[in-house]
Amino acid sequence: MAATSHIPFSMSHTEAELRQIFLEQVKQIPSGERIKRCIQCGSCTGSCPVSYAMDISPRELIALFRAGEMETIMKSRTIWICASCYVCTTRCPSGIKITDIMYALKRTAMEKKYESKAPQVQILANLFIENLMAYGRLHEGTLIRKYYMKMDLKKLFGMIPLARKMYKTKRIALFPKKIKAHEALSRIIKKANEIEVRHLPEPIEYSPEYVGYKAVGELELESKKGN
Amino acid sequence: MKYAYYPGCSLEKTQRGYDESVREVFKALNQELIEIDDWNCCGATVYMSVKETVSLAVSSRNLALAQNMGYDIVAPCSSCFTVLSKTNRILNQIPEMHHDVNEALSEAGLNYSGNTKVRHPLDILMNDVGIETIQKKMKKNLGGLKIAPYYGCQIVRPDKTFDDHENPVLLDKMFKKCGAEVVYFPMKVRCCGGMLMTTFEETALKLNKELLACAEAHGADVIVTTCPLCHFNLEAYQNKINNIYNTNFNVPILYFTQLLGIVLGLPEKNIGLDSVFVPVGKKISSLIMA
Repeated sequence: MAATSHIPFSMSHTEAELRQIFLEQVKQIPSGERIKRCIQCGSCTGSCPVSYAMDISPRELIALFRAGEMETIMKSRTIWICASCYVCTTRCPSGIKITDIMYALKRTAMEKKYESKAPQVQILANLFIENLMAYGRLHEGTLIRKYYMKMDLKKLFGMIPLARKMYKTKRIALFPKKIKAHEALSRIIKKANEIEVRHLPEPIEYSPEYVGYKAVGELELESKKGN
Repeated sequence: MKYAYYPGCSLEKTQRGYDESVREVFKALNQELIEIDDWNCCGATVYMSVKETVSLAVSSRNLALAQNMGYDIVAPCSSCFTVLSKTNRILNQIPEMHHDVNEALSEAGLNYSGNTKVRHPLDILMNDVGIETIQKKMKKNLGGLKIAPYYGCQIVRPDKTFDDHENPVLLDKMFKKCGAEVVYFPMKVRCCGGMLMTTFEETALKLNKELLACAEAHGADVIVTTCPLCHFNLEAYQNKINNIYNTNFNVPILYFTQLLGIVLGLPEKNIGLDSVFVPVGKKISSLIMA
């Protein structure tokens, strides 16, 4: 039985599962367990160059995680708009690796196939990976063309003047070129993909332990060395 | 000194000015760059947010190739620099991940120790070569050219690798010694938005407008960059920013290695000055001609 919402202060099955996947990801971050130490000071939000365009600020995001509101985070625009500038990470007085936490949240959302408020980010990411797998190096022309073909044809045509300028200054490679060791790289990627699956936790069974303070998640992470 | 050179995808073509100027400047200062044969894309920040083990394996292949050459790796692109450094950090701190990555690499007969040093050209030029050597080879004094040194994000963050997080100074020092006037540029480490220019264009345009406005307000003749993404956003989108915000920016954007190339008296077409979108302006043109 999955429905458990009748138990006061209990955590839903979805929430428990999301936390499990997310915390598994956090274990792979050096010093990831520092997420426990958040003092809600808001340095991250104040430093973030794009927090004004987020629906949930980085500080709120950690508060929501504590409160057992993973689903709200999964459905936010915030995790997709982070530009990976790392200013929050370097300024956090508790040493929380916020940018890496954002990556972990993105991976969790993709794993559980949440419908994104910013689907273009995943589309670009998938095309990027497709491009890398096909050639071993990124061919920017192909990436941008495919992206705008999917997203916005008008913008694709809008890119023509820029493309001409780039052509004139010999800044465009017309055709992608495969690296020599393309086969070998593909084998590396295939193997790493298999290993990645190994890292995913087993789906959890609902347990009555997930109630009260347990619900907001005692972090049972081993302390990793490093800063 | 010899280094294993990792140009990265954007330097191959779209940012050839960076690639050409890095190679020429290193040559002029007697530093040997040996390009890593058959390197692959580092995966950038994109892969990291999709699959961690795969992204680490992909970037580790390059580190393993450099390790086999026996030299430190030089990565001019900020994104490559961060991804490669971060790969090292994770592999060295999380043994299970190191093991997994090597398992994947073994599919291609490779093994990575985790010990290849990742270096940025700015670090090498200022800390290995040294400003004294650069000054000895200086052919042209920048004669008070006003520069805004723009470091961007990923060479100073997340790790304190070779300069300060909040107020890095190596570019400032380098060009002051070459006769430039470094203008007050409080946005020197502010993010340009990077890939957001593709996914959240409006937001990225605003960030770049603020950067250009800050440089202009402090009288900069040129913004000096260290990152292909910052460079492209500031340069290629300047017209669009002008159209949208009703501004009139005409700020030349140069890679720090291009400006250093001018100082060292290198021919303009060897350092990719024929590939700029915003004309370099009178002051810099006369320096080139001098």
